[in-house]
Amino acid sequence: MLEIQNIFKTYNDKLLLRGISFSISQGETICLLGASGSGKSTLLRMIAGLEFPESGHILFNQVDLAQTPPHVRDFGLVFQDYGLFPHLNIFDNVAFGLKMRNVSTEKINACVTEMLELVNLQGFEKRKVTDLSGGEQQRVALARALAPQPRLLMFDEPLGALDKSLKEDLLDQLRAILHETQIPAIYVTHDQDEAFAIADRILLLHDGEIIRDGTPVEVWKNPNSVYAARMLGMGNVIEGEVKRINASRKGRRMNVKTDVGIFDVESKHHYDKGEKVSLLLKQSGEVEIKLKVEDVLFNRNQFQVKLRGGLVIHLKDAPEVGQIIRVKVQVECLT
Amino acid sequence: MQNNKNLSHAGTETLKKNNLRAFVSPWLYRVLLWLTPLLFLIAYFFLPLSKILILAFNISALTKTNFQLILTTLSFTFYQAALSTALTFILGFPSAILFSRFNFRGKSLLRALTAMPFMLPTVVVASSFNALFGDHGLFSSSLIPHPSSFSLILSAHVFYNTTIVIRIVGNALSRLDPKLEQSARSLGADTFQVWKDITLPLLRPSLLAAALLVFMFDFTSFGVILLLGGSNFSTLEVEIYLRVLKLPNLPLAALLSIVQLVFTLIFSILYTRTISQVTTQTAPRFSTSRLPKSFKEKIFVASFCLLLSVFFLLPLLSLPVRSLTRLEADRGQRGEVQYGFTTDYYRELFINRRGSLFYVPPIQAAVNSLGYASLTVILSLALGYPAAYALAKPTRLEKILDPLIMLPLGASAVMLGLGFIISFGRSLAWPWFVPIAHSLVALPFVIRTLQPALASIPERLRQAASTLGASPFRVWQTVDFPILSRATLSAATFAFTVSLGEFGATLLLTRPEYPTIPIAIQRFLSQPGGLNFGQAMAMATLLMLLTTLAILIIEKLRLPNSGEF
Repeated sequence: MLEIQNIFKTYNDKLLLRGISFSISQGETICLLGASGSGKSTLLRMIAGLEFPESGHILFNQVDLAQTPPHVRDFGLVFQDYGLFPHLNIFDNVAFGLKMRNVSTEKINACVTEMLELVNLQGFEKRKVTDLSGGEQQRVALARALAPQPRLLMFDEPLGALDKSLKEDLLDQLRAILHETQIPAIYVTHDQDEAFAIADRILLLHDGEIIRDGTPVEVWKNPNSVYAARMLGMGNVIEGEVKRINASRKGRRMNVKTDVGIFDVESKHHYDKGEKVSLLLKQSGEVEIKLKVEDVLFNRNQFQVKLRGGLVIHLKDAPEVGQIIRVKVQVECLT
Repeated sequence: MQNNKNLSHAGTETLKKNNLRAFVSPWLYRVLLWLTPLLFLIAYFFLPLSKILILAFNISALTKTNFQLILTTLSFTFYQAALSTALTFILGFPSAILFSRFNFRGKSLLRALTAMPFMLPTVVVASSFNALFGDHGLFSSSLIPHPSSFSLILSAHVFYNTTIVIRIVGNALSRLDPKLEQSARSLGADTFQVWKDITLPLLRPSLLAAALLVFMFDFTSFGVILLLGGSNFSTLEVEIYLRVLKLPNLPLAALLSIVQLVFTLIFSILYTRTISQVTTQTAPRFSTSRLPKSFKEKIFVASFCLLLSVFFLLPLLSLPVRSLTRLEADRGQRGEVQYGFTTDYYRELFINRRGSLFYVPPIQAAVNSLGYASLTVILSLALGYPAAYALAKPTRLEKILDPLIMLPLGASAVMLGLGFIISFGRSLAWPWFVPIAHSLVALPFVIRTLQPALASIPERLRQAASTLGASPFRVWQTVDFPILSRATLSAATFAFTVSLGEFGATLLLTRPEYPTIPIAIQRFLSQPGGLNFGQAMAMATLLMLLTTLAILIIEKLRLPNSGEF
């Protein structure tokens, strides 16, 4: 359906996006995950036709959209701060896209009612935008984007301004709606929890490039880079130095010396002795390490334990500060 | 036991005493603060106002012919104000889009240029248009069709007020959340529909506010109409002047000024209401202006930059140019105009010719103006300071007094002059009345400049200074003064400029032997002859330079976010 080919874009004389390519198929929801300022929103605005790439192509059903103005692209866009029209009531906000398409009044009435039901806001037609809570406003924005039945939906950090429990509720609703309507969607966020909750596929954007593209399970299992691991909130990334390389029939392995011990890890590329590498330590694995407890913090239903060397693990029972404990970890080489 | 009781009794007694002192002294302090400014306003504003009211509702004023005259004058006033406002929007609205949506080289300079006329005295603006298109103007040759007085009046109004539209509408435009327009675009609205259904409805309050303010200024316009149109074009304000000095009928003048006051009050109330809706709109988050991209945008930006530069530079430049250009045909040789450079008009200002318009060299007007302006500065600061101190932290009662202090803004200058004449008698015209009238006009500006500066000084700073051992005077010297010195200088310059350019009240109050610069310009302009015209140009150029200098000083001293209009 949508195909993005080799997009380049500079912003304030800085290369913001360099060679972005990906595609989306019918009914798929992809999530662009990246830090703020990484160019995610710019990419969305380019797909919407509100900005233009310096080079590269955006195609929909094999048609290049370069000459297509935004209002005939038929792509829905939902913003973080909703972008509801303050001078129109809820009904007129939701009906806006339909009116622009000259849909008949009866059809508009029916459609608006249906959309408001879909987002659980039946009976809100005559209310003013300013009378609604943030969550309600975002649902109106969703209904407004859905009403003209767009060919593609785009979400620009849609839940960023909402609190945690509301966010989870809305994510569930949104997932159900996207599944039901089968409209392909691009969801942009910097919050990995949202990304994992909604996406069929996650694209990690770093330094203007997509550094990882895969299903949530694939991405979580194999972040493949330090940036990816950090972005996904996998906190335990430690630096180390290659001490010895062991090549055998099973594969290439190497010994890496770090602040918390020497680990034997699989190496994906060729490394030289003495080279710096980054390791990802995941809790629960085969390798046992012994470390001193530096700080203990109660976090929801478990204890967050900070160990020497900056390692953070989660335990059911609180150890004493200063105690030396044994932790089983799984070690992967990221670089 | 008995002893103990007595002791506790004595304790409450002293407590009461302390409370009383704590209550009385600030109260007295407040009264003292208000005493002079209020007395001044009562004596020189409310009393004359009541005299006007009494005179206006006298039987002799309420005649049928008077009503007919008021009606025709009122309808012409409305007509010219509406037309001027419409024309101002035709130039101002695209300019507001230009300044809020696009970045281009020289943008801030062009913006400053468009704001410049608003600060200039009316006589300067009127003289500029005269210098360009007047009977003795640079373009007065037979090659170019002579623009009518009415079109000159309209263009001078546009020249004056375009900056209001640019400021109010432009600010609203750049505060508009760009996501609203982007949402509309992605929902299928084309550029035209976005303007019609989203942008314009959201701009409505600011468009209305700008229109009201422009209309109000055009409605009460005096100098421009009198100097460019003569007595052929009688607005309410001009008619009041005529009924005081030319065809004396004071009851009619009083009635006219009450009619005008009622309308300006209605407009200001409507304006205050709409402008409050403007400020509650979405706050700016990031700049929405960018370089022009498409061909259409580039054409728009280029053509409007050119149009604005020509429209605003031409009159401003033509004034000094005309003041240095000899442009007189020899007697009996109409059409053979000799152009040439000359400083005669300036030199003539220093000569006291027999049979000239004045008993003194014309340059004496400049000396008078500077004297009046200095007195105005002293008087308006002396009155404005206590009021601003009281209003910096107003009690509930004082919040009611605030609009009262601002009320002279609603009264026109000519009306102030009329009030003085009725109350104090023209025979008593005493040179002091001119600076008093100027102070009345300047006072609201002075208070509005000092008050935010005073309110911006955190009380904690003063408390910190005094706990560190500073005496009350040292507190004032180290905390208040550094902040206030800028505001004071700014307020003083403002009062100075207002006084220098004030025309309406001065015209009614000044004595022939004490003309001010604007009055001298008016007298030169109302006389025939190229030399008189040239001297008017020279005087106006001097006034323009003085005012520009003052504007630059105010701009340098302006506190950030000290509000507009």
